[in-house]
Amino acid sequence: MEKTPPTTPRQSWTFSNEINSEIRRAAATGIYDIRGGGAKRRVPHFDDLLFLGASISRYPLEGYREKCATNVVLGTRFAKKPIEIAMPITIAGMSFGSLSGPAKEALGRGATLAGTSTTTGDGGMTEEERGHSEKLVYQYLPSRYGMNPDDLRRADAIEVVVGQGAKPGGGGMLLGQKITERVAGMRDLPVGIDQRSACRHPDWTGPDDLEIKILELREVTGWEKPIYVKIGGARPYYDTALAVKAGADVVVLDGMQGGTAATQEVFIEHIGQPTLACIRPAVQALQDLGMHREVQLIVSGGIRTGADVAKALALGADAVSIGTAALVAIGDNDPKWESEYNKLGTTTGAYDDWHEGRDPAGITTQDPDLAARLDPVEAGRKLRNYLSVLNLECQTIARACGKSHVHNLEPEDLCALTIEAAAMAGVPLAGTNWIPGRTGF
Amino acid sequence: MQTIDMGQTPLREVNAALQAQTTTTNQTKWVLENPRGAHAVAVGLDAPIEVVVKGSTGYYCAGMNKQATVQIEGSAGPGVAENMMSGTVIIEGDASQYAGATGHGGLLVVKGNASSRCGISMKGIDIVVHGNVGHMSAFLAQKGNLVVLGDAGEALGDSIYEARLFVRGKVKSLGADCIEKEMRPEHVEILRDLLDRAGADARPEEFRRYGSARKLYNFHVDHAGEY
Ligand SMILES: Cc1cc2nc3c(=O)[nH]c(=O)nc-3n(C[C@H](O)[C@H](O)[C@H](O)COP(=O)(O)O)c2cc1C
Repeated sequence: MEKTPPTTPRQSWTFSNEINSEIRRAAATGIYDIRGGGAKRRVPHFDDLLFLGASISRYPLEGYREKCATNVVLGTRFAKKPIEIAMPITIAGMSFGSLSGPAKEALGRGATLAGTSTTTGDGGMTEEERGHSEKLVYQYLPSRYGMNPDDLRRADAIEVVVGQGAKPGGGGMLLGQKITERVAGMRDLPVGIDQRSACRHPDWTGPDDLEIKILELREVTGWEKPIYVKIGGARPYYDTALAVKAGADVVVLDGMQGGTAATQEVFIEHIGQPTLACIRPAVQALQDLGMHREVQLIVSGGIRTGADVAKALALGADAVSIGTAALVAIGDNDPKWESEYNKLGTTTGAYDDWHEGRDPAGITTQDPDLAARLDPVEAGRKLRNYLSVLNLECQTIARACGKSHVHNLEPEDLCALTIEAAAMAGVPLAGTNWIPGRTGF
Repeated sequence: MQTIDMGQTPLREVNAALQAQTTTTNQTKWVLENPRGAHAVAVGLDAPIEVVVKGSTGYYCAGMNKQATVQIEGSAGPGVAENMMSGTVIIEGDASQYAGATGHGGLLVVKGNASSRCGISMKGIDIVVHGNVGHMSAFLAQKGNLVVLGDAGEALGDSIYEARLFVRGKVKSLGADCIEKEMRPEHVEILRDLLDRAGADARPEEFRRYGSARKLYNFHVDHAGEY
């Protein structure tokens, strides 16, 4: 008898192998999955935008000959000592605890060589970081771990963290493995416990309180330091407006692709808006208040290339800030550790168990042997190189668009490849005049 | 003695004058008149001076204090002595929410009552409240001692770490992972000293001690409902 031809086994799209593996993991452990990094799903992003370049009506600047400035001054609204950075790119706040001492040092060194600033994170300021960062932004977080007025005064700016793009509305999490004696000491916690940081500030709620909190911070530091307010990409129009109302000098806006040291997967992938969708509403809020360029806007979440930087600026940001890309630049997820990633059940590029503290690259760990793998001097140099490439790329684009300062990039220099990106960025779909939601067909 | 009339002097000048004092200053006594509920009064001090505020204050009075003694002859708004590092803050009246929040050290004395979230996320400060404390006091309290001569509101010590809580009166309810603990001789000594320094008329033997059951320190699925 002739055999029935077999049908190819069909995998379900709804119940994919990936989904099923998560169901099995959940069934075995009873706890949600926690990981580092930002959203991994594809969402509309800067890749969906293109620059138009110069033409008969817009003439370009001569590459390398005609000046295209990249310097940015942050904190011009109220601070007596605004910060000037050489490029529109800063290093985002990443906690000591989530990152090793050498990694923090490398970030400070790289940023300093590149003439830009770096930022502390949950867990307080370390000597490595202060010592190696010419311009250091001090995060003021709900946990207030390690927070003290001396470090506040040693900082060059203060960033009040309200939210993070990876987890708007979420607190921090550092699992016991990473709470070593030094980390625990800085946080006033017992060694080896799972540490949960609060999601709300302990002593203020709402914009009216925030205004008074900012007053206090300014009074403690003599009105010298720029005060940033960092928000996750939840309600960018209103959050930006409220931050300005509360007295911020700078608004830091972090979209859903923004990295985190450790957060529930469900939070990272399902809460918050894509970076691209957040910028225009925030800029609109600043413009409506007559504060665009008066209060600076720093955008983060998935910035990788100079093109991303240029696009963020063209949409109205004053600068960008990078987390994940900076870690990759200093050696995170490097193929040279492939066999070690395999032992951890993962592979280069996908390694995201940053909370477990076993990072082969020595970056997201507190294990002294692993941490010793990272040479902070060399890593700092790599970061400087990478930052300088981002800056050169951004400049190249700005010159091609005929701009003598990267801040002169504007939405009119852009078009979008998809309807979604056109709607979010408020620029026309390529080849049309159509901005979905703003103009007719 | 230096007297500043806050009705006449801008806040910035008041704080700048106090902040300019150093460890060796001989202008050790300051009086602030007419505070009229101003916010951020006497914040960020770092010298062994004594500041008397003649009236009630707004938010964050004596915030981030180091070394100084600040006495408020009135009531204090939210976040009094928040993140205090050292020194002493005394409130003759009542304190609003988050008194002593995240304080790392020093002594905070509230002669009246303290509202909700007193000692939230405290990290080493000692707080003595002569009256009652409101709900969620000592939430996420990490280190230090909270002494309450009166009653405590709901969910005392929720998600507490290693701070010690001493309550003389009734506790409406304990928060997640907070339990009553044995009062050992060393605790009696700590308490005696604190009561003494806070000028409180009470005996350590009248108090009960509360602290962490330490069940939430590392995740366990059977405690998931508590988180
Ligand atoms: C390892 C790591 C630790 C972080 N720690 C903090 C933190 O302590 N505070 C904070 O506000 N954001 C923190 N973030 C978020 C970054 O500040 C920033 O918002 C984000 O990384 C930007 O997105 P990107 O990673 O795509 O560049 C962290 C991010 C990473 C990757």
